[in-house]
Amino acid sequence: MSAVDVPEQESWFHRNQQRIAPWLFLAPGLLFFMVYVIVPVFQSFNLSLYEWDGLGAAEYVGLRNYEDLYWEFYDRDAFYISLKNNLIWLLLYLAAIPAGLFIALFLNQTVWGIRLYKSLFFFPFVISQVVVGLVFTWFYDPTFGLLNEFLGIFGLGPLNVLGDERFVTYGIIFAGLWPQTAYCMILYLTGLNAVDPEQIEAGRLDGAKGLRMLWHIILPQLRPATFIAFVVTIIGALRSFDLISIMTQGGPFGSSRVLAYYMFEVALSEYGFRMGYGAAIAVILFLIMLCFIAYFLRSMYREERGY
Amino acid sequence: MFPKPIEKQPRAAQISYQAMLPLALLLWLGPLLAVALFSVKPAADFTSANYWGLPSSFEGAHNYGQVFFNSDMPRYLLNSFLITVPTVIGCVALSSMTGFALGIYKFRSNIWIFFMFVAGNFVPFQILMVPVRDLTLELGLYNTKTGLVLFHIAFQTGFCTLFMRNFIRALPFELIEAARVEGISEWRIFWYVVLPLMKPAIAALSVLIFTFIWNDYFWAVVLTQGAESQPVTAGITSFNAQFRAAYQLMSAGSIVAALPPVAMFFLMQKHFIAGLTLGAVK
Repeated sequence: MSAVDVPEQESWFHRNQQRIAPWLFLAPGLLFFMVYVIVPVFQSFNLSLYEWDGLGAAEYVGLRNYEDLYWEFYDRDAFYISLKNNLIWLLLYLAAIPAGLFIALFLNQTVWGIRLYKSLFFFPFVISQVVVGLVFTWFYDPTFGLLNEFLGIFGLGPLNVLGDERFVTYGIIFAGLWPQTAYCMILYLTGLNAVDPEQIEAGRLDGAKGLRMLWHIILPQLRPATFIAFVVTIIGALRSFDLISIMTQGGPFGSSRVLAYYMFEVALSEYGFRMGYGAAIAVILFLIMLCFIAYFLRSMYREERGY
Repeated sequence: MFPKPIEKQPRAAQISYQAMLPLALLLWLGPLLAVALFSVKPAADFTSANYWGLPSSFEGAHNYGQVFFNSDMPRYLLNSFLITVPTVIGCVALSSMTGFALGIYKFRSNIWIFFMFVAGNFVPFQILMVPVRDLTLELGLYNTKTGLVLFHIAFQTGFCTLFMRNFIRALPFELIEAARVEGISEWRIFWYVVLPLMKPAIAALSVLIFTFIWNDYFWAVVLTQGAESQPVTAGITSFNAQFRAAYQLMSAGSIVAALPPVAMFFLMQKHFIAGLTLGAVK
């Protein structure tokens, strides 16, 4: 007796389950992300071609917003200052990476209580930038700030860091470096934990120590940590907004603005609701960020493909 | 271990290292300790310019009492919780599914969708600002906690997907194959096989997102206005306006605002650091 193979009656969904399932799992997250992140990016691009006060009808002006930005750049006006400050932020913020490595090397020991020390050194990263901003505003205060108390010991000062166009950006960056260094430190501490002890021993036998050991044996093994530190530091530098808003509101005389803050000021403050112009500034900031995003994604892509 | 363990160094080096540790810490946390000192001083110390001396009387209870019972601070704190906790839940729910989809299934657009999440996570907030504010206004959610929560969930899904997907990739794939051979449906594989294994990732993400969202300032300013919906980061500016020049109260307020993520960090330290340093080690 031959049994006829009757295929189990399966529903269409059941048969195609493995092809449909990923899309069902993706749907809610993808929908949210599209609506709130991806689509707005394009909307901003579009908006940058309009003049709009946020309420009335938007007027199409072509590339005029960008033209205005160009003239602001040419005249060394607000846009120029913001762009310049962004560049300073980018460069100086990178100091968090070696500083973090330095502290990590200092703390990578096994003495009593070191775990608590590591946590406390990490502390600044956990508190909000708003509080960091307040803390440093008082730190720099010309009448009672710790900085001037300290300078006073040497008979210097008082120095009004946040009130002086020459120092203000550097003062804010210094405040930002505090939590950022803590972040880089924790990345490197984790990295150092995983360094291959045999290679260190081999290096020691070959007579490598100190800086040579660090450069030739340790740092190559810390590359993944360095990459992440680089990514988060660049992103952090270009996102700098909270500290500026809390510490100086872009002042004095707009000298501490960066693009992120200038855009906010143009689009959403008492200076007037110039949404289109703000969007144009945001597009410029986005394009700067895009260079880095492309670089990060390329690195990730290579890793995914395994070469 | 690098640098050379201090135990193997001469005694003098060990002692100086042990002495340097607290000094370095004091220097590192100096600005913060100053604020802590301010927060227990009486108002009189500031008028008499006794900024850095010992407090002439210990007014910690009074100052913190003012913050808690005589200002909008409790309101702001509550708002922060009501914004942060739903966001954490939403992000974890959405991203465990997206992470599962991108980590387990092979389909052509997989890597591009993944990269879209990663790239979106890096964009500057300003390019989203005007459209997101408009959308929130249109939905009638401007100046509500819900409006803020929805945006935060959406934006953080980018980072969370990256995190979850990489975590799921590292799980043994045989488990899923075995379950499929058994004829278990995909949804049940997700729920009964993969989700229980994701507990450490969920814990790490929860603390991270809690901290990120608690500390958010930009979106709080863009999407909310008054004490009824503003979280503590935005509220502290109005708090400081209310107590202008009362440094002892502003300091106490800042410390209160900073405390919840700090507590979270110390309670869940292992998870927190595991989450933050994901990918820092191969």
